[in-house]
Amino acid sequence: MKFLRVFNRSANKHAILTAGQVVPDSARCVQCGICTYNCPVGIDVRDHAWRGEPVRHSHCITCGECVARCPRGVLRFEQTDLFSKED
Amino acid sequence: MRYVIIGSGVAGIAAIEAIRSADREGEIFLVGDDPYGFYSRPGLAYYLTGELHDKALFPRTADDFRRLRFHYIKGRATQVLRAEHVLHLADESSVPYDRLLIAMGAHAIPLGVPGADLDGVLKLDHMQDAKRILKQARRGKPAVVIGGGITALEITEGLRARGMKVHYLLRGDRYWSNVLDEHESHIIEHRLREDGVTLHHHAEVAEVMGTKGKVNGVRLGNGKTLPCKLVAYAIGVRPQVELARQSGLAVDRGITVNEYLQTSDPDIFAAGDVAQVYDPMSGRSILDTLWNPAREQGYTAGLNMAGRTTAYIKPPPFNVTRLAGLTTTIIGTVGSGRDHDLAGIARGDSETWRQLPDAMVAQTGFDVNRVRLLLGEKTLLGAIVMGDQKLSFPLQKIISRHVDISPIRDRLLAPNAKVGDIVAEFWASCSAGLKS
Repeated sequence: MKFLRVFNRSANKHAILTAGQVVPDSARCVQCGICTYNCPVGIDVRDHAWRGEPVRHSHCITCGECVARCPRGVLRFEQTDLFSKED
Repeated sequence: MRYVIIGSGVAGIAAIEAIRSADREGEIFLVGDDPYGFYSRPGLAYYLTGELHDKALFPRTADDFRRLRFHYIKGRATQVLRAEHVLHLADESSVPYDRLLIAMGAHAIPLGVPGADLDGVLKLDHMQDAKRILKQARRGKPAVVIGGGITALEITEGLRARGMKVHYLLRGDRYWSNVLDEHESHIIEHRLREDGVTLHHHAEVAEVMGTKGKVNGVRLGNGKTLPCKLVAYAIGVRPQVELARQSGLAVDRGITVNEYLQTSDPDIFAAGDVAQVYDPMSGRSILDTLWNPAREQGYTAGLNMAGRTTAYIKPPPFNVTRLAGLTTTIIGTVGSGRDHDLAGIARGDSETWRQLPDAMVAQTGFDVNRVRLLLGEKTLLGAIVMGDQKLSFPLQKIISRHVDISPIRDRLLAPNAKVGDIVAEFWASCSAGLKS
């Protein structure tokens, strides 16, 4: 199952990064700004978290900094519909 | 229509957004006495550790505020004349209102010991407090931290990041005993020790000592003294109910409101840390000191003020925070009883977390990847996830949607059950309908 693969430790991290986008869970976000502060391309990730909007910004390089640094577990990668292959 | 909001925290800001979504024409006034305006209060912890500059804590620019079209009044509310529909401020000016929202928040319960008014005795409510802590922190010098819950650890971590020798005093025998179980408390305490914090158990400050008006030590209940340059306390917060009480509104531990965030006066609403909100599901009125519920309460109050009758459906309380550097998710009901280090509710806390009904516990993890579940008859009532957070989101959904976990209940309670794997599989099988 596609979802179980995310739990699988040997899942290909790069496959997820390149085919995914940063998705916020607004209910966890406290608007601290660590995400925006660390974004190397200057995306206001915090604002996306306020609005509950996935980051569909053309500048997002899915570097993973925001996801890794969020102290509240707000952000995760999810595979986009556009480019994923069928199982 | 004239809307007046007291308080520039997230509840007040969310209320403005809600009012504007329903009423483009009405006039909105925000009365606030925090000189820094609207910022992320929870983010102050990361400012203390140096992970953020203070400027990064402000989610809104001046332009964003202009777009919302409201008048900001810097001032302190002193009295509400309800019959006249007028709010009085400390500078003796008056602000008439049609609908009023009280979103003044909660303040740290004062440290009620002799010497608590000495220079160097600090708390963490606002940006000003955070700046004071940073200004007074001295590398290599000792500091004493008193209290429980999340804020005590945030201050501890901040002072450690500034190189102080921190002594953390616990009155009880373990940290946050009414939310965490023994094992979890010990995980946190172990990490604190590894980070160079000295823990003292069954230790109570009887007096703060000083010289020339400045702190130089504390005397404990057992007579022992600890020299220090700084004393920080976080023994809980108290909703700021004085204004409401003096105005004749119904007040309990907070300003009591119904599920529409309406006080005992139909034209006055309350939201956020100051509000004690009625939950129709449980029939109880609960205090929360959590950012997202404050935002949602503020938003719902704003809608109701603008005539869009909307009930606030209280979800099971949910918080993800960092305790001693360990990301920890706390959902629903997990603990019970009283914590001796907290005189009232802590920040980032919820009264629901300690109302433990008859529940079974399933747990796994003997290092810093820990999952503890509180099982009801058919559903999960609560969960703690420490360390690896991959189950945090699935558990949040399973608990908030009251998913029937009967298919896995027995397996979860079996000795040495691999709780994490069982939940992950269960989530994968039912997530298609729930993942939203």
